[in-house]
Amino acid sequence: MPRFELNDTDVVVIVGSGAGGGTMANELTRRGLKVVLFEAGKRQSLATFSQNPSEAFAQLTWLEPRSQSGTWDPVKNSPTLPAWHCRTVGGTTVHWTAATPRLQPYELRARSVYGDIPGASLADWPIDYDELKRWYQVAEKRLGVTRRNGNPGLPASNNFKVMHAGARRLGYKRVHTNYMAINSRARDGRGFCIQQGFCAQGCKTGAKWSTLYTEIPQAEASGRLDLRSECFVTRIEHDDAGRASGVVYRDAAGVEQRQRARIVCVAGNAIETARLLLLSESGRFRQGLANGSDQVGRNYCHHVLSFVFGIFDQPVSFWRGAVLAGVVEDENIHDPRRGFAGGYHLELAMLDLPTLPLIGLPYGWGRDYASIIDNYRNMAGMLVNGEDLPRADNRITLSTTRKDAYGLPVAHIHCDPHANDVAMRAHATGQGRKIYESVGAKRTVVSSIPPATHQMGTARMSHDPAQGVTNAHGRAHEVPNLFMSDGSVQTTAGAANPTLTIVALALRQAEYIGREAAGGRL
Amino acid sequence: MNTSATHTGSPQSADRRSFVRVMGVLSGVIALGHPLAALLPSRAWAVELRVLPSAQAAALLAMIRTIAPHDTLDDAAYALVVSAVDGEAAGSTQARTDLTAGLASLGDGFALLPEDARTLHLKAIENGAFFQSVRTKTLTTLYSNPIAWAHFGYEGESFSKGGYLLRGFNDLKWLPDVPPADSGALPFG
Repeated sequence: MPRFELNDTDVVVIVGSGAGGGTMANELTRRGLKVVLFEAGKRQSLATFSQNPSEAFAQLTWLEPRSQSGTWDPVKNSPTLPAWHCRTVGGTTVHWTAATPRLQPYELRARSVYGDIPGASLADWPIDYDELKRWYQVAEKRLGVTRRNGNPGLPASNNFKVMHAGARRLGYKRVHTNYMAINSRARDGRGFCIQQGFCAQGCKTGAKWSTLYTEIPQAEASGRLDLRSECFVTRIEHDDAGRASGVVYRDAAGVEQRQRARIVCVAGNAIETARLLLLSESGRFRQGLANGSDQVGRNYCHHVLSFVFGIFDQPVSFWRGAVLAGVVEDENIHDPRRGFAGGYHLELAMLDLPTLPLIGLPYGWGRDYASIIDNYRNMAGMLVNGEDLPRADNRITLSTTRKDAYGLPVAHIHCDPHANDVAMRAHATGQGRKIYESVGAKRTVVSSIPPATHQMGTARMSHDPAQGVTNAHGRAHEVPNLFMSDGSVQTTAGAANPTLTIVALALRQAEYIGREAAGGRL
Repeated sequence: MNTSATHTGSPQSADRRSFVRVMGVLSGVIALGHPLAALLPSRAWAVELRVLPSAQAAALLAMIRTIAPHDTLDDAAYALVVSAVDGEAAGSTQARTDLTAGLASLGDGFALLPEDARTLHLKAIENGAFFQSVRTKTLTTLYSNPIAWAHFGYEGESFSKGGYLLRGFNDLKWLPDVPPADSGALPFG
């Protein structure tokens, strides 16, 4: 692997090695560009992944503290972990559960379709759906998504049998083993899924797509990737013309270094991406880099998420098998007669022990609480994944109370769920309960709002520079050679798990950067 | 599991222990015939404590059993939580002070109260830092060890056994099978 010079002004710097950053690294090196890829975490491998959930959590998770405020549940229930994503080479693609639905056409026109909803800061995407769809098709081939391009669906697990039977009884029609970036057959040099039930701890067979063992090794093979793991970028610098000129980072030994750059792509997962822009304030960019619109960190979306569990008289053993391999798609529509705008997916889900009591149950303790866990064998589970509305004040700021190991303010997360989110959650969890009750559940349990696993919107794409941070290519409105390459660019959340969209947009952005760079315009 | 008489812990005198740093000891014996007895190298277990004297450890164990009451889950699993709380207190003066004060607030004889009375007592301190810290430690520790996994039927680690593909991921028989269009064929044959 090459090591590019710190003062090499010809390299592209990418911050973060997950779905966006890892894909960008592969795509840009393929196009002949030199890339320095920064990752704050360590490099793991199939061999080092652990199926002890607590060990895996400690090994992969972004554990730096955060502060938070607002009326959403994690303030009380998950004070030290409001968001659950990764700090490791491969980023959150190591931990993700690999559901890859597409956004729907109506979701890209949320402002036009839903109207002006008070208390929300909706906007339409600056991208045409047909354009996005073209890139979805490329991304689905890359990831080997099941039920697309002739890839068979994953086989139904016990947990899905319960969901399917109940959903059909309720009259739902589009119920299947989900679109999954998990090999149902051997392909791409990786084997088929053996239903381990440990998608979120790092897939030990590599059947699940992760940039750790696909995009990143391909980029390394190009000879043009300089991967710097355990290196934490603390600041993006700019020159007198207002162009990004490089990044300041702490290397693995904690020593401050400075890497020059031709182009900077930020893919730190939407919370850290916003934090890095805010930390990069300067005399010229007083509110933070690329933040003249004051939109950096605002419009933070994390989906309407809730677990719903059914407890039955007979065993389900829901921990056996691919975690999210099941979906009810029928509610992913805009139908205001339900009492809210936008739609949701009901996706199959299970939680291991101890994760179930830590994030999957409503707050509680004592006899009643313990009796849920006593029924662990007989539980079926699902996850509501719905569109939450962007709000100007649901935002990431720099914490005024907590600092990281380098003395830098950590990310502060403020969230007040919109009334639309509350109404959607009530509807979706109600439907989830009915699904289980229709096949004989003796009890159903709905979680409180769990830690956010999907982070979006904090540097959103907008036609109007006053309404967002980036243009239709994820390029900062104010800094011509600065790009956001992760979920932060999503104009709205939609109801789709974000990874497929992140990859599709990264593929598109890489083509644009390659073209502009080759043409001497970048 | 441990005999019924020791559900709230069976603190024994630490006097006969020769380790200087040991403050208290929790110990017990897993009953003959219990499935765990076959799994473990010895039926006897003991947890040495660095901060808590045995009587306070018993109060803490009773508190943990009240937070997460699973009647037939062995004290050995609960003792792991006591040990984790004790270990944290050994690492910081502040944590030690908070723990000692918290346990003192439970009052003498807490471990001997009936469960209803213990529950009432804990309800009154539920929003305080002491209770919240013990609750969190209970969830993270009690449910993340092989004793608890065996008890609740969670089969856990599967890679070394080839996953669950041939070990029951689709063996549920009390509902109809999913039609092929909504499922997918097994990856072989």
